Amino acid sequence: MTPTLFADLGLLIILLGLALLITAARPAFIAVAAYMAYGLVMALAWVRLAAVDVALTEAAIGSGLTGLLLLGAVAWSQRHTQFQARRLGLRPGIPRRAGAGRGLTLLVALACGGVSAGLAWVVLTLPEPAPSQVPLVQAALPITGLGNPVTGVLLVFRAIDTLLESVVLVFALVGVWSLASDPAWGGRPRSLHVVQHSGALVLLGQLLPPVGILMGLYLFWVGADAPGGAFQGGTMLAAMWLLVLSAGLAEVPAVASRRLRLLITGGPLLFLAVGFSGWAFAAGFLGYPPAWSKPLILAIEAALTLSIAAALAMLVAGPPERPTAADPQPDPQPERNQQRGHR
Amino acid sequence: MSVLDLYSYLLIGLGVLFFCTGTLGLLRFPDALSRLHALAKADNLALGLVVLGLLPQASWPLGAMKLLAVWLFALLASTTVGQLVGEAIRRGDPFR
Repeated sequence: MTPTLFADLGLLIILLGLALLITAARPAFIAVAAYMAYGLVMALAWVRLAAVDVALTEAAIGSGLTGLLLLGAVAWSQRHTQFQARRLGLRPGIPRRAGAGRGLTLLVALACGGVSAGLAWVVLTLPEPAPSQVPLVQAALPITGLGNPVTGVLLVFRAIDTLLESVVLVFALVGVWSLASDPAWGGRPRSLHVVQHSGALVLLGQLLPPVGILMGLYLFWVGADAPGGAFQGGTMLAAMWLLVLSAGLAEVPAVASRRLRLLITGGPLLFLAVGFSGWAFAAGFLGYPPAWSKPLILAIEAALTLSIAAALAMLVAGPPERPTAADPQPDPQPERNQQRGHR
Repeated sequence: MSVLDLYSYLLIGLGVLFFCTGTLGLLRFPDALSRLHALAKADNLALGLVVLGLLPQASWPLGAMKLLAVWLFALLASTTVGQLVGEAIRRGDPFR
């Protein structure tokens, strides 16, 4: 057995063990911790498969950001169940698990098993050599002016997929924001500054962002010719923003902020605008004029990076919960206010 | 095997030893603060030894500087996380 095969086998065993832990762990916190570790090991597996772009995305979004969102959900559901228990006069603490019934569990297990078996069958019955679009992409890549075939696929050959992905992110954020109660609408999300007076966190919040922002911008910039891109760079920027917010060095913006909304929708809007102008100046929707393809792709990627960063950070921040005094609210009853003033 | 290769094997082996020690402490120490101590101290030293061992194998100067940066950022992150978890334990948050 060669050393690399030995290492790969170790990776596979760790992955399967972590997957088992995710499904078997009773406390949701343990399951989420295992899920984040799973994402990191999965990223290593992608590196072993020479898919560095996927590895970066898996580590940044799959493990880091999704893990953070799930941790937030666990914390929220624990607060919620404790609140419910107090309201109903039950003993405080986590109540007995009111999980799914045996039938539903069996159904989920069957569905998951079916998908796994189907995937295994497809992979095992692939013809040798497996069908591949790689030669087509390699042949067409020079006209795009890009050096990274993954970016070529994501922003040129299958640009529609990336466009829809970036729009889905905005819709997800709209979904989260719509969970706000009426009085809090337009206000700020719950403060991320939960650990007060932590000198260590403040120090990290001051030391790391300059390096992290540079790294995020580098990931976006290098994406044209090497592994990287808008999603990886954007996640890095979002992480830096979240770090500054949780260190209490800045305040979460109100969701009614026009600048924030422009930042979040800017990337998808520019992508759409360039896409539609393809009817006029190129072969069709999402086509680029050949001489302009590289600058246009870089502009779209830059706007997408900022939009993804803002959207991801606001997804973690959650729905607005605090009405802001700073933003003047439209007064619903100006007449009564005037009367009160005269009195 | 050149002297540099021998140096790498020696330092990486020492690093692995420290990783094992840290993990042993994480698994065997009685309370959260001591476990945190084992993790933060031994693992950072272990990572540093592995990085120092890899330095002669890396391309000079960029590859070597990236390796050193990885160590520095891991130090920074684990120090901060160690402080935060320690503070949470002192406040009595459930981190057991």
